[in-house]
Amino acid sequence: MDFANFLIQLLNSLQYGLLLFMLAAGLTLIFGIMGVVNLAHGSFYMLGAYLAWFLVSQLDSLVLAIVLGTVIAVVLGWLLEWLLFRHFYRRDHLDQVLLTFGLIYIFEEVRSILWGDDVHSVQVPEMLNWSIPLTDNLSYPVYRLVMSGVCIALALGLYLLISRTRLGMKIRAGAFNREMTESLGINIRLIHGVVFALGVALAAIAGMIASPVSSVYPGMGSSVLIMCFVVVVIGGIGSVRGALVAALLVGLVDTFGKVLVPQIAGMAVYMLMAAVLLYKPEGLFKQ
Amino acid sequence: MTTRRIVLTRSAAVIGAASTGLLLPELARAQSDKVRVGFMLPYTGTFAQLGVAIENGFRMALNEQGGKLGGREVEYFKVDDESNPAKGIENATRLVQRDKVDVLVGTVHSGVQMGIHKVARDTGVLNLIPNAGVHVATRAQCAPNVFRTSFTNSQPTLALGKAMVANGHKKAVWITWNYAAGDEAFEGFEQSYTAAGGTIMKKLGLPFPNVEFQALLTEIASLKPDAVACFFAGGGAAKFMSDYAAAGLNKTIQLYGSGFLTEGVLEAAGPAANGVLTTMHYGDSLNTPRDKQFRLEYAKAFRLQPDVYAVQGYDTGLLLIKGANAVKGDLNSKKALYAAMEGATIDSPRGKWTMSKAHNPIQDIYMRKVENKENKVIGIAQKAVADPATGCRMG
Repeated sequence: MDFANFLIQLLNSLQYGLLLFMLAAGLTLIFGIMGVVNLAHGSFYMLGAYLAWFLVSQLDSLVLAIVLGTVIAVVLGWLLEWLLFRHFYRRDHLDQVLLTFGLIYIFEEVRSILWGDDVHSVQVPEMLNWSIPLTDNLSYPVYRLVMSGVCIALALGLYLLISRTRLGMKIRAGAFNREMTESLGINIRLIHGVVFALGVALAAIAGMIASPVSSVYPGMGSSVLIMCFVVVVIGGIGSVRGALVAALLVGLVDTFGKVLVPQIAGMAVYMLMAAVLLYKPEGLFKQ
Repeated sequence: MTTRRIVLTRSAAVIGAASTGLLLPELARAQSDKVRVGFMLPYTGTFAQLGVAIENGFRMALNEQGGKLGGREVEYFKVDDESNPAKGIENATRLVQRDKVDVLVGTVHSGVQMGIHKVARDTGVLNLIPNAGVHVATRAQCAPNVFRTSFTNSQPTLALGKAMVANGHKKAVWITWNYAAGDEAFEGFEQSYTAAGGTIMKKLGLPFPNVEFQALLTEIASLKPDAVACFFAGGGAAKFMSDYAAAGLNKTIQLYGSGFLTEGVLEAAGPAANGVLTTMHYGDSLNTPRDKQFRLEYAKAFRLQPDVYAVQGYDTGLLLIKGANAVKGDLNSKKALYAAMEGATIDSPRGKWTMSKAHNPIQDIYMRKVENKENKVIGIAQKAVADPATGCRMG
């Protein structure tokens, strides 16, 4: 592998890692702030992808579809929190696992009823459907660069929200000590609703922007969920910074593993997780 | 009990039993019934189009003969296998035990086929394979009641090696999904390519049905081979060709594939597929009189263009007709039925082919090139390609 191709593989791993981060951030936020283990997180990713495919076929524009899809995801997240998750914050983690595991099945069946079981593709928007030549025989699709750009923008936005805004301050306070925050007059229920909706929206957006690149198929939620949990565990449950570092690490190991040692490509990421947990059982960064 | 009571109760029992048909002679029932044909095909999911095409082709073959098999009417049963190997045995058993089919036509996905194969070997039901190319079905686990009318996964790639070397492409990278069909396609490629003097630089793979090709495409670019050979099918195949073109690799590195790379996906792949060379036992532009007639009739009947899956379904019908006519509709005379099908020469739209001793087609493999959303046949890659049938103890 020469230097140019090494750099391009770095770019590939960065792009994959950033997408994983978007998913993992939502998951780790929901766990860190509300203490809820949400196994249905992958289903939100799948929902986002199917929404993108459906809305693009109706509206003919991926951008419009993403905007509308985000609104739908936020509303859905808010409703789910209000109807279901709210009652599980103080429950045992196993109860939460049972609930969210059941939700996975429900979402799969709803998807099957609404949109069927077929595989679909989403077209890359015309404007972005070109490639930049990087070496003498390899070009890089511009859409993937834009995808990474969107992920970075959202990651920055998340950082600014949590650390520089009033809302972020309340969220952090609520995570630190719920009762105290409530007694200071802050509407913690509203905060939790906002955080949950945010987590769902992040997952759905990840599904929407990734849909032209990864195809839309049943079961796409489960395959990404496992990777998502690996990232959250390596990064430290509840730490968004940890999720970012871990996602980039997983992206690196998965990409270079596939290419350098194809025989163990499937295992490489889990070996990384085992190695990290041996040295730091609570993950790289504590909450 | 009194004698009268005994007589009355016993007559009631006999009449009751007779009315449920339990006392009717088995033979009489079988002869007057219709032939039960069971389809176990994917009607939903990624291979749904293929399942529909196979059934269409089969029905067309039978309808050309008046819709009868050996003079008997036909009754159809269907099960959607959803391309789910976990439910393979359960679905096949449903057709054999509940619907009591005489013939089981299925299926597309090789994983599901192994479930059917187990049921076929256990129950002895006649199983006609209209697509699944899994090797063992006509190799180590071949059976007298299992016939395949399609291909083995290595047949198309067995014809690829020599053609690639003849084109001057002596160093190649192989890429596919890491599952049975991909591994078996590689087997054919490895055998023919190395025998012809080619070198396989690297063998790349990713889990099925993952379509994240970016890292592997970058690796291919860094290796700078003369050509890339691959096996992908369905939506993943369209995605691979699109990504291959988006990475600009199609300008410098020729892409070859087992024919399934370009079957049924050319509409979705668009101009990205132009120039891709594939080998397969059929091509849409064969232009032989037999093929032209078939394509016309199929388009008239179903308002769709036929593809290789329709041809395989059609040939399955032709094969069963040959067998049924030879035994005059008595599908229980298994020895004669199997012998008739073993010795058959099928006048298929793909060209005439014969059945090997392991019950797999011996057929010509064509070289095709994609031009304008069409697979143009540019020649015969290899004539009369037979699967090695390693481990089959029949014949």
